[in-house]
Amino acid sequence: MDEILEILEKNGRQTPAEIAAMLGRDEADVRAAIKKLEDDHVIAAYTALVNWEKTDLDRVTALIEVKVTPQRDRGFDKVAERIYSFPEVKACYLMSGGFDLTVVIEDKTMKEVALFVAEKLAVIPDVNSTATHFILKKYKDKGFVFGGQIEDDREHVLL
Amino acid sequence: MTLDIKSMLQPRVRDLPPSGIRKFFDLVNEMKDAISLSVGEPDFVTPWRVREAGIYSLEQGHTHYSPNAGFIRLRQAIAEYLQRSIGVPYDPRSEIIVTVGGSEAIDLALRALVGPGDEVIVPEPSFVAYKPCAVLTGATAVPLPLEEKDEFKLTPEKLLSVLTPKTKALVFPFPNNPTGAIMTREEIAPLVDILKERNIIVLSDEIYAELTYGSKHVSIASFPGMRDRTVLINGFSKAFAMTGWRLGYAAAHPDLIGAMYKIHQYGIMCSPTTAQYAGIEALESCGDEVEEMAREYNRRRRVMLKGFRDAGLDCFEAKGAFYLFPSVKKTGMTSAEFCEKLLLEEKVAVVPGEAFGDSGHGFIRACYAYSVENITVAMERVKAFVARHRADKQ
Repeated sequence: MDEILEILEKNGRQTPAEIAAMLGRDEADVRAAIKKLEDDHVIAAYTALVNWEKTDLDRVTALIEVKVTPQRDRGFDKVAERIYSFPEVKACYLMSGGFDLTVVIEDKTMKEVALFVAEKLAVIPDVNSTATHFILKKYKDKGFVFGGQIEDDREHVLL
Repeated sequence: MTLDIKSMLQPRVRDLPPSGIRKFFDLVNEMKDAISLSVGEPDFVTPWRVREAGIYSLEQGHTHYSPNAGFIRLRQAIAEYLQRSIGVPYDPRSEIIVTVGGSEAIDLALRALVGPGDEVIVPEPSFVAYKPCAVLTGATAVPLPLEEKDEFKLTPEKLLSVLTPKTKALVFPFPNNPTGAIMTREEIAPLVDILKERNIIVLSDEIYAELTYGSKHVSIASFPGMRDRTVLINGFSKAFAMTGWRLGYAAAHPDLIGAMYKIHQYGIMCSPTTAQYAGIEALESCGDEVEEMAREYNRRRRVMLKGFRDAGLDCFEAKGAFYLFPSVKKTGMTSAEFCEKLLLEEKVAVVPGEAFGDSGHGFIRACYAYSVENITVAMERVKAFVARHRADKQ
């Protein structure tokens, strides 16, 4: 089970037949195991890891630190929900340390991010403060180096 | 007087046959777009923490010689590693020497042990260096052909068939390059019974020890009474993906290590210092990386094994190293023909089995130290190739 997840996390396009061959298992078993992982939402989705820098689009990623007031009974969940429900929020995490929530806005223009913070985020009653950081360059994401892979230049020596 | 260098060459060197498949490799190197399954080394880059340790040692100015036998800290790390991996204790001060790759350790052991009049048993197919290293000492290399029906394992019957009063050393190359064969505890036991009755030193080349699938590697040195009859050879190339660093070691009885030390100190001085610092880091903190690489190799092994079998070739399930050794006899081609045609027609490079000894005729070595994607495409091409050529025959 863990190995299937490990393989799919590295390459979501690996087919059940390929995974079955890699693990020496029956294809139907692997297919069923993946189905269960999907049904249980262990596998939440399959996506592509895009290097937007390579495109012509002028987009930025912002990481926003948010301090909020937790609510009685609901803790941080209610205010987090108000924030992550905005479609432009790509990720939202509850943090330990000096602030409460990390909010990630991806693939928007600088202006769109500014508008979101000023008009949507900062005005939520339980939000006390925000600090917006723009990501200047992504070197590595989800374990993959964006600069490209090292080329296989091994020579054919007999050994 | 005309200078005739050829006539001046030492006959043993002059008469060493050149590698029979050099031409084939030249051809492979020319075909840049071929998918190659022919390189015998990890595709992984050395784990970053190991490279970083090497870089740091350079920044710190550690650019001098090390002690001849290697830094004591590295030898201690090796001793601890051998204790925990194969359960054999070695004294880092007198029983371990750090060498320039496992290959130097093979050469040192043979030069320290054998010479004219001695016989060295070399099971085949196996790594290409054993025979020449033995021959260069003046000893006789006695090839011992292993067979597919035994999954290329060394059996007691086979061993007994080549022992003579002149036998002084047995090369024990498991997990094996090129067949991928391993030897289990049960399979080694009867060999130990034979060897303990005689004065024979075992050269146990365990460079692929970390790469066994389904069972843990068993060292012949771990059998009672065998530690002092064995030169254990290992290194960093395969387990830690450190081929280019040239770092290996031997562990054996102090008298034998002492003799090897003499050759090493005059011929080599010491192994590269930077590599030794990197090696300490590798042994002390790369357990996870080694395991991860082994797991990945195992997946590739299964994909390739299925690929060859789906293509209709007979291929025993090799459980070690990173090679498969399928038979191409069904195609009616010799392994050399098979490899050349496969390269020219399908642009897939594998190595003819006879490169590793005469008993490799009819087999090919395919290395799975390549990405699953590459292996998958290569296996599709092998399948098409075999189908076409079997059809040709009918």
